[in-house]
Amino acid sequence: MVGTEPLLRIDGLTVAFPGETAVRDLSLAVEAGQTVAIVGESGSGKSMTALALMRLLPRSARITGGSARFAGRDLMALDEGAMRRVRGREIAMIFQEPMTSLNPVHTIGAQVAEVLRLHEGLGRAAARKRAIELLDLVRIADPARRVDDYPHQLSGGMRQRVMIAIAVACGPKLLIADEPTTALDVTIQAQVLDLLDRLRRDLSMGLLLITHDLGIVGQWADRVVVMYAGRKVEEGPPGALLEAPLHPYTAGLLGASPRKAEGLGYREARLAEIPGSISSARGEAGCAFAPRCRHAIASCRAAPPPPLVAHADGRMVACPVLAGSGAPS
Amino acid sequence: MTTVPAPRPRRWRVLRAFLRNPAGVVSLSFLILVAALALGAPHLYPDDPMEMVARPFLWPGQNPAFPLGTDSLGRDVAAGLVWGTRVSLLVGFSAMILGVTLGLAIGAVAGYFGGRVDAALVKLIEIFQTPPSFVLLIVLVAIAQPAIPTVIGAIALVTWPTIARIVRSEFRSLREKDFVMAARGLGYGHARIILSEILPNALPPVIVTASVLVATAILMESALSFLGLGDPNLVSWGSMIGGGRELLRTAWYLSAIPGFAIVLTVLALNLLGDALNDALNPRVAAER
Repeated sequence: MVGTEPLLRIDGLTVAFPGETAVRDLSLAVEAGQTVAIVGESGSGKSMTALALMRLLPRSARITGGSARFAGRDLMALDEGAMRRVRGREIAMIFQEPMTSLNPVHTIGAQVAEVLRLHEGLGRAAARKRAIELLDLVRIADPARRVDDYPHQLSGGMRQRVMIAIAVACGPKLLIADEPTTALDVTIQAQVLDLLDRLRRDLSMGLLLITHDLGIVGQWADRVVVMYAGRKVEEGPPGALLEAPLHPYTAGLLGASPRKAEGLGYREARLAEIPGSISSARGEAGCAFAPRCRHAIASCRAAPPPPLVAHADGRMVACPVLAGSGAPS
Repeated sequence: MTTVPAPRPRRWRVLRAFLRNPAGVVSLSFLILVAALALGAPHLYPDDPMEMVARPFLWPGQNPAFPLGTDSLGRDVAAGLVWGTRVSLLVGFSAMILGVTLGLAIGAVAGYFGGRVDAALVKLIEIFQTPPSFVLLIVLVAIAQPAIPTVIGAIALVTWPTIARIVRSEFRSLREKDFVMAARGLGYGHARIILSEILPNALPPVIVTASVLVATAILMESALSFLGLGDPNLVSWGSMIGGGRELLRTAWYLSAIPGFAIVLTVLALNLLGDALNDALNPRVAAER
């Protein structure tokens, strides 16, 4: 894939609120047919990155720098009308809350059909027929009958399937999924993620998966970007990154996730917490994670913040202390 | 998840909830009867109700040909009442439709876009709400000709701010909903989001207020006619009361009969509004 233009290349993206910077100088690339996961805790800027890509940021937020080249265009430079034609047709987004993301007064069939009628110009009957096919595609049982159901008649997992059907209706090149399974039961989570993964392969979409769950990342992502306080602190393939995290924040996130380790079961393994909260990053001159970092040294707090340094296997990390020394103990 | 019971469509749920409310059903039946009277007026009383047809001051029941009696000029009170129904309902519903349309348009734009547009439109709403509405109504009618279209337009002009405020507040909260964000994420334009996504969700309180607005408009028209500011060529309930006012001590039925018609119609519209409110509000409907 080296040498060719990726499906999406974000370069130096910066999103600012009055008095606060939500995303700082973020760069990442998504290839067609690839799943890239953005991982971080609440407030790390991962959702803002997604909204910036869709140009759906809250009114007070501004994109103050950077570009996002998608299929030969810079999304940040498109006018609103052109952007509207990109949304839903070329880039689709799935939101976290399936319970409230569907309009309660329209049937699910009508909601799938509406996006087809807008972007594909289908007629009423053709759109309905295609809507039933799409509901079938996302594995909703008995779609010909379910098509006339209202959202309140469906469970959370079913609603998220409908949201996915709406998102892939027009065959988008890129699908952004913002915490698509956070509001769902664990058993449903795996089904929904499997569905997304199958659709990614079948439709050869790029998938930008935003999550705070590292367990999801290992199984479904091709590449992982770890964000903290608006910055990318580490990037790499999930295997190596989860095996031997380079950045203390990644290590902290891993330590805080339940898993089996060294002969201990889920019940016995001790969960490590990351002390402090992300709000301590506000106004920090150097590394934003320094106030919560066990390995911090004096130079960590000095401006400018540590740059991303490339490592073996296509990994990148922004930490001078652990760079090269392997996983923190 | 396996045996899902047959889905119960939402539209029938609202209808069922409404039918379970006796006050609502009685009110609706009464209003249908009133509407039938209005539509059937030319058949029931083909002659002009302004025409003198009998001896003046016949009391109700005195002459079987004139069951509700005659007024000081010998005009049939029953004919006037039936023809007055036409005026009252025409003014009531037309003013409501006009006022709701205006209120929806302005309230939706203000609530959806917010910011400067909202600030400007709120000022406009306040301009119309500051003067006492009836004084404003009299001024509007006095400037223009006292004819039915003028009265309808003037009533709509003084009532739309109520609808606009309701719609604005509904839109302000609904535009923050996840499904609106999802709609924007699908590339829907502002018009599509306003009309197809938000408006259907904002309608229940508007429907309820609209029924009360019809009652208000009927009262306003009656009050205007009572003051002699209505259309002089048409009989309306208000003008009948106004005409009987000076004879209140000798022939009180001349004012009481049209007054009773107004009371019943307005009461029915208000009860209908309550019943619609209960039916459209799922929480209240579920408790029944």
